[in-house]
Amino acid sequence: MALDFATLFPNGVLHYLVGGLLIGLATVAIYLGTGIAAGASTFLESTLSYVSDRDRFQQFRFVQSRGWRLVFTAGIVLGAAAYTALSGDDWFVTEVSTTRLFVGGVLVGVGTRVGKGCTSGHGICGVGSLSDASLLNVATFVLVAAGTAHVLLAMGVSP
Amino acid sequence: MSDPGAGADGRHPLFMPLIFVGGLVFGVGLAVSRMARPEVVLDFLQFEDFGLLFVMGGAALVAGPVFHLATRSGKRAPLTDRVYDLRRKTLDSNVLLGGVVFGVGWGISGICPGAAYASVGIGNWPILAGIAGMFVGAYGQGVARDLLRD
Repeated sequence: MALDFATLFPNGVLHYLVGGLLIGLATVAIYLGTGIAAGASTFLESTLSYVSDRDRFQQFRFVQSRGWRLVFTAGIVLGAAAYTALSGDDWFVTEVSTTRLFVGGVLVGVGTRVGKGCTSGHGICGVGSLSDASLLNVATFVLVAAGTAHVLLAMGVSP
Repeated sequence: MSDPGAGADGRHPLFMPLIFVGGLVFGVGLAVSRMARPEVVLDFLQFEDFGLLFVMGGAALVAGPVFHLATRSGKRAPLTDRVYDLRRKTLDSNVLLGGVVFGVGWGISGICPGAAYASVGIGNWPILAGIAGMFVGAYGQGVARDLLRD
Protein backbone atom coordinates (compact mmCIF):
# COMPACT_ATOMS: atom_id res chain seq x y z
CA MET A 1 0.00 0.00 0.00
CA ALA A 2 1.52 3.25 -1.09
CA LEU A 3 1.46 5.97 1.55
CA ASP A 4 0.29 8.67 -0.79
CA PHE A 5 -1.89 11.62 0.07
CA ALA A 6 -5.16 9.97 -0.97
CA THR A 7 -4.43 6.96 1.22
CA LEU A 8 -3.54 8.98 4.30
CA PHE A 9 -6.28 11.58 3.80
CA PRO A 10 -9.14 9.96 1.84
CA ASN A 11 -11.45 12.86 2.75
CA GLY A 12 -8.97 15.65 2.07
CA VAL A 13 -7.55 17.93 4.76
CA LEU A 14 -9.23 21.29 4.24
CA HIS A 15 -12.24 20.88 6.54
CA TYR A 16 -10.00 19.36 9.21
CA LEU A 17 -7.59 22.28 9.00
CA VAL A 18 -10.32 24.95 8.96
CA GLY A 19 -12.02 23.30 11.96
CA GLY A 20 -8.73 23.11 13.84
CA LEU A 21 -7.93 26.75 13.14
CA LEU A 22 -11.38 27.80 14.39
CA ILE A 23 -10.90 25.79 17.59
CA GLY A 24 -7.49 27.42 18.02
CA LEU A 25 -8.97 30.86 17.38
CA ALA A 26 -11.68 30.30 20.03
CA THR A 27 -9.06 29.11 22.53
CA VAL A 28 -6.87 32.14 21.84
CA ALA A 29 -9.76 34.64 22.07
CA ILE A 30 -10.78 33.33 25.50
CA TYR A 31 -7.15 33.22 26.62
CA LEU A 32 -6.29 36.77 25.53
CA GLY A 33 -9.45 38.18 27.10
CA THR A 34 -9.40 36.26 30.37
CA GLY A 35 -6.00 34.59 30.80
CA ILE A 36 -7.82 31.26 31.06
CA ALA A 37 -6.57 28.24 29.11
CA ALA A 38 -10.02 26.70 28.66
CA GLY A 39 -10.36 22.94 28.61
CA ALA A 40 -13.61 21.06 28.10
CA SER A 41 -13.39 18.30 30.70
CA THR A 42 -13.23 20.33 33.94
CA PHE A 43 -16.89 21.08 33.15
CA LEU A 44 -17.68 17.56 34.38
CA GLU A 45 -16.43 18.16 37.92
CA SER A 46 -17.44 21.82 38.09
CA THR A 47 -21.01 20.87 37.14
CA LEU A 48 -21.02 18.07 39.71
CA SER A 49 -20.39 20.80 42.32
CA TYR A 50 -24.02 21.91 41.80
CA VAL A 51 -25.37 18.54 42.96
CA SER A 52 -22.71 16.92 45.17
CA ASP A 53 -21.68 18.12 48.64
CA ARG A 54 -18.43 16.19 48.49
CA ASP A 55 -15.40 18.30 49.40
CA ARG A 56 -13.66 17.18 46.23
CA PHE A 57 -16.30 18.78 44.03
CA GLN A 58 -16.81 21.78 46.32
CA GLN A 59 -13.22 22.96 45.77
CA PHE A 60 -13.03 26.69 45.09
CA ARG A 61 -11.62 26.16 41.60
CA PHE A 62 -14.72 24.21 40.58
CA VAL A 63 -17.34 26.35 42.34
CA GLN A 64 -15.96 29.66 41.08
CA SER A 65 -15.63 28.44 37.49
CA ARG A 66 -18.80 26.36 37.18
CA GLY A 67 -20.91 29.24 35.84
CA TRP A 68 -18.67 30.14 32.95
CA ARG A 69 -17.92 26.50 32.17
CA LEU A 70 -21.66 25.94 31.75
CA VAL A 71 -21.81 28.94 29.40
CA PHE A 72 -18.75 27.68 27.46
CA THR A 73 -20.30 24.24 27.02
CA ALA A 74 -23.66 25.70 25.98
CA GLY A 75 -21.77 27.75 23.40
CA ILE A 76 -20.09 24.61 22.02
CA VAL A 77 -23.45 22.85 21.65
CA LEU A 78 -25.14 25.87 20.06
CA GLY A 79 -22.19 26.64 17.76
CA ALA A 80 -22.23 23.11 16.36
CA ALA A 81 -26.02 23.27 16.01
CA ALA A 82 -25.97 26.66 14.29
CA TYR A 83 -23.31 25.52 11.84
CA THR A 84 -25.24 22.37 10.97
CA ALA A 85 -28.51 24.28 10.55
CA LEU A 86 -27.03 27.10 8.46
CA SER A 87 -24.52 25.17 6.33
CA GLY A 88 -27.01 22.64 5.03
CA ASP A 89 -24.90 19.84 6.52
CA ASP A 90 -26.93 16.75 7.36
CA TRP A 91 -27.85 16.23 11.00
CA PHE A 92 -25.82 13.31 12.22
CA VAL A 93 -26.68 10.28 14.33
CA THR A 94 -23.86 7.88 15.15
CA GLU A 95 -24.03 4.15 14.55
CA VAL A 96 -21.65 3.45 17.42
CA SER A 97 -23.67 1.50 19.97
CA THR A 98 -25.02 3.16 23.10
CA THR A 99 -23.11 0.63 25.19
CA ARG A 100 -19.81 1.61 23.60
CA LEU A 101 -20.61 5.30 24.04
CA PHE A 102 -21.51 4.83 27.71
CA VAL A 103 -18.61 2.55 28.65
CA GLY A 104 -16.17 4.71 26.71
CA GLY A 105 -17.68 7.79 28.34
CA VAL A 106 -17.15 6.42 31.85
CA LEU A 107 -13.47 5.75 31.10
CA VAL A 108 -13.09 9.18 29.50
CA GLY A 109 -14.65 10.73 32.62
CA VAL A 110 -12.23 8.89 34.90
CA GLY A 111 -9.19 9.32 32.69
CA THR A 112 -9.48 13.02 31.95
CA ARG A 113 -10.03 13.87 35.60
CA VAL A 114 -7.24 11.67 36.96
CA GLY A 115 -4.95 12.76 34.13
CA LYS A 116 -5.68 16.50 34.63
CA GLY A 117 -7.03 17.23 31.20
CA CYS A 118 -8.38 16.07 27.87
CA THR A 119 -8.02 16.62 24.15
CA SER A 120 -8.51 20.37 24.56
CA GLY A 121 -6.88 21.11 27.93
CA HIS A 122 -3.79 18.94 27.35
CA GLY A 123 -4.06 18.51 23.57
CA ILE A 124 -4.38 22.17 22.61
CA CYS A 125 -3.52 24.41 25.57
CA GLY A 126 -0.96 22.09 27.18
CA VAL A 127 0.77 21.03 23.97
CA GLY A 128 0.70 24.65 22.81
CA SER A 129 2.41 25.55 26.10
CA LEU A 130 4.99 22.79 25.47
CA SER A 131 4.12 21.33 28.88
CA ASP A 132 5.96 18.05 29.52
CA ALA A 133 2.93 16.65 31.39
CA SER A 134 0.63 17.43 28.46
CA LEU A 135 2.98 16.05 25.82
CA LEU A 136 3.30 12.80 27.77
CA ASN A 137 -0.45 12.60 28.42
CA VAL A 138 -1.38 13.21 24.77
CA ALA A 139 1.20 10.74 23.43
CA THR A 140 -0.13 8.18 25.91
CA PHE A 141 -3.82 8.59 25.15
CA VAL A 142 -3.36 8.67 21.38
CA LEU A 143 -1.23 5.51 21.35
CA VAL A 144 -3.50 3.65 23.81
CA ALA A 145 -6.63 4.74 21.94
CA ALA A 146 -5.21 3.63 18.59
CA GLY A 147 -4.29 0.27 20.12
CA THR A 148 -7.75 -0.10 21.67
CA ALA A 149 -9.51 0.81 18.43
CA HIS A 150 -7.42 -1.73 16.53
CA VAL A 151 -8.21 -4.46 19.07
CA LEU A 152 -11.94 -3.75 18.71
CA LEU A 153 -11.56 -3.80 14.93
CA ALA A 154 -9.77 -7.15 15.08
CA MET A 155 -12.53 -8.49 17.34
CA GLY A 156 -15.06 -7.49 14.70
CA VAL A 157 -16.83 -4.89 16.86
CA SER A 158 -18.55 -2.65 14.35
CA PRO A 159 -19.66 -0.03 14.47
CA MET B 1 -10.28 43.68 42.02
CA SER B 2 -10.98 47.34 41.48
CA ASP B 3 -11.75 47.15 37.80
CA PRO B 4 -14.22 49.99 37.18
CA GLY B 5 -15.90 47.90 34.47
CA ALA B 6 -16.53 44.97 36.81
CA GLY B 7 -20.10 43.82 37.39
CA ALA B 8 -21.74 43.13 40.74
CA ASP B 9 -20.05 39.71 40.98
CA GLY B 10 -16.64 41.26 40.40
CA ARG B 11 -16.51 40.07 36.83
CA HIS B 12 -16.10 42.27 33.82
CA PRO B 13 -19.42 42.61 31.92
CA LEU B 14 -17.75 41.23 28.79
CA PHE B 15 -16.41 38.12 30.54
CA MET B 16 -19.43 35.84 29.99
CA PRO B 17 -20.16 37.13 26.46
CA LEU B 18 -16.56 36.35 25.45
CA ILE B 19 -16.75 32.86 26.97
CA PHE B 20 -20.03 32.26 25.14
CA VAL B 21 -18.77 33.48 21.76
CA GLY B 22 -15.57 31.50 22.27
CA GLY B 23 -17.70 28.42 22.95
CA LEU B 24 -19.74 29.08 19.79
CA VAL B 25 -16.63 29.28 17.60
CA PHE B 26 -15.17 26.22 19.34
CA GLY B 27 -18.39 24.32 18.56
CA VAL B 28 -18.40 25.48 14.94
CA GLY B 29 -14.81 24.24 14.62
CA LEU B 30 -15.72 20.81 15.98
CA ALA B 31 -18.68 20.59 13.57
CA VAL B 32 -16.71 21.82 10.54
CA SER B 33 -13.85 19.40 11.23
CA ARG B 34 -16.34 16.53 11.76
CA MET B 35 -14.50 15.63 14.96
CA ALA B 36 -17.94 15.77 16.62
CA ARG B 37 -18.67 12.49 14.82
CA PRO B 38 -17.36 9.43 16.72
CA GLU B 39 -16.92 7.61 13.40
CA VAL B 40 -14.36 10.19 12.22
CA VAL B 41 -12.33 9.77 15.43
CA LEU B 42 -12.49 5.97 15.14
CA ASP B 43 -11.34 6.18 11.49
CA PHE B 44 -8.35 8.17 12.69
CA LEU B 45 -7.55 5.72 15.48
CA GLN B 46 -7.87 2.79 13.07
CA PHE B 47 -5.48 4.54 10.65
CA GLU B 48 -8.12 4.91 7.92
CA ASP B 49 -7.91 8.72 7.78
CA PHE B 50 -5.20 10.81 9.44
CA GLY B 51 -6.99 14.13 8.87
CA LEU B 52 -7.68 14.56 12.59
CA LEU B 53 -3.99 15.45 13.03
CA PHE B 54 -4.84 18.76 11.36
CA VAL B 55 -7.58 19.49 13.88
CA MET B 56 -5.51 19.05 17.03
CA GLY B 57 -2.31 20.19 15.36
CA GLY B 58 -3.91 23.24 13.77
CA ALA B 59 -5.47 24.32 17.04
CA ALA B 60 -2.26 23.80 19.03
CA LEU B 61 -0.23 25.67 16.42
CA VAL B 62 -2.54 28.68 16.73
CA ALA B 63 -2.65 28.56 20.53
CA GLY B 64 1.04 27.86 21.18
CA PRO B 65 2.67 31.05 19.86
CA VAL B 66 -0.07 33.26 21.37
CA PHE B 67 0.29 31.62 24.80
CA HIS B 68 4.07 32.08 24.70
CA LEU B 69 4.03 35.66 23.45
CA ALA B 70 1.36 36.72 25.96
CA THR B 71 3.21 35.04 28.82
CA ARG B 72 6.48 36.66 27.83
CA SER B 73 4.79 40.07 27.70
CA GLY B 74 4.15 39.92 31.45
CA LYS B 75 0.83 41.65 30.90
CA ARG B 76 -2.54 40.89 32.46
CA ALA B 77 -5.75 39.80 30.76
CA PRO B 78 -8.11 42.79 30.37
CA LEU B 79 -11.30 41.04 31.56
CA THR B 80 -9.94 39.29 34.66
CA ASP B 81 -6.65 40.99 35.55
CA ARG B 82 -5.06 37.52 35.52
CA VAL B 83 -1.38 37.35 34.63
CA TYR B 84 -0.91 35.40 31.38
CA ASP B 85 0.83 32.11 31.99
CA LEU B 86 1.38 28.82 30.23
CA ARG B 87 -0.78 25.79 30.92
CA ARG B 88 1.72 23.56 32.69
CA LYS B 89 0.41 20.91 35.07
CA THR B 90 2.65 18.93 37.39
CA LEU B 91 3.97 15.78 35.73
CA ASP B 92 3.25 12.82 38.01
CA SER B 93 2.04 9.23 37.71
CA ASN B 94 -1.59 10.41 37.54
CA VAL B 95 -0.87 12.12 34.22
CA LEU B 96 0.25 8.78 32.79
CA LEU B 97 -2.48 6.69 34.45
CA GLY B 98 -5.20 9.14 33.38
CA GLY B 99 -3.86 9.15 29.83
CA VAL B 100 -4.06 5.35 29.67
CA VAL B 101 -7.65 5.23 31.01
CA PHE B 102 -8.75 8.11 28.77
CA GLY B 103 -7.08 6.40 25.80
CA VAL B 104 -8.97 3.14 26.33
CA GLY B 105 -12.24 5.07 26.58
CA TRP B 106 -11.48 7.20 23.52
CA GLY B 107 -10.54 4.08 21.55
CA ILE B 108 -13.74 2.26 22.56
CA SER B 109 -16.11 5.11 21.81
CA GLY B 110 -14.44 7.76 19.65
CA ILE B 111 -15.65 10.50 22.00
CA CYS B 112 -13.86 13.09 24.12
CA PRO B 113 -15.50 15.81 26.23
CA GLY B 114 -15.45 18.83 23.88
CA ALA B 115 -16.36 16.82 20.80
CA ALA B 116 -19.16 15.12 22.74
CA TYR B 117 -20.76 18.47 23.63
CA ALA B 118 -20.56 19.52 19.97
CA SER B 119 -21.99 16.15 19.00
CA VAL B 120 -25.22 17.06 20.81
CA GLY B 121 -25.38 20.13 18.60
CA ILE B 122 -25.11 18.19 15.34
CA GLY B 123 -28.14 16.14 16.37
CA ASN B 124 -26.31 13.05 17.61
CA TRP B 125 -28.69 12.22 20.46
CA PRO B 126 -27.12 8.83 21.37
CA ILE B 127 -24.05 10.81 22.52
CA LEU B 128 -26.07 11.68 25.63
CA ALA B 129 -25.28 8.14 26.82
CA GLY B 130 -21.60 8.96 26.42
CA ILE B 131 -21.90 12.27 28.28
CA ALA B 132 -23.86 10.52 31.06
CA GLY B 133 -20.99 8.04 31.22
CA MET B 134 -18.47 10.89 31.54
CA PHE B 135 -20.34 12.31 34.53
CA VAL B 136 -20.54 8.84 36.11
CA GLY B 137 -16.80 8.41 35.55
CA ALA B 138 -15.91 11.88 36.87
CA TYR B 139 -18.07 11.29 39.96
CA GLY B 140 -16.77 7.76 40.47
CA GLN B 141 -13.12 8.77 40.36
CA GLY B 142 -13.83 11.48 42.93
CA VAL B 143 -15.44 9.00 45.32
CA ALA B 144 -12.72 6.41 44.72
CA ARG B 145 -9.89 8.88 45.31
CA ASP B 146 -11.54 10.05 48.55
CA LEU B 147 -11.80 6.44 49.72
CA LEU B 148 -8.18 5.72 48.81
CA ARG B 149 -7.00 8.83 50.63
CA ASP B 150 -8.76 7.95 53.92
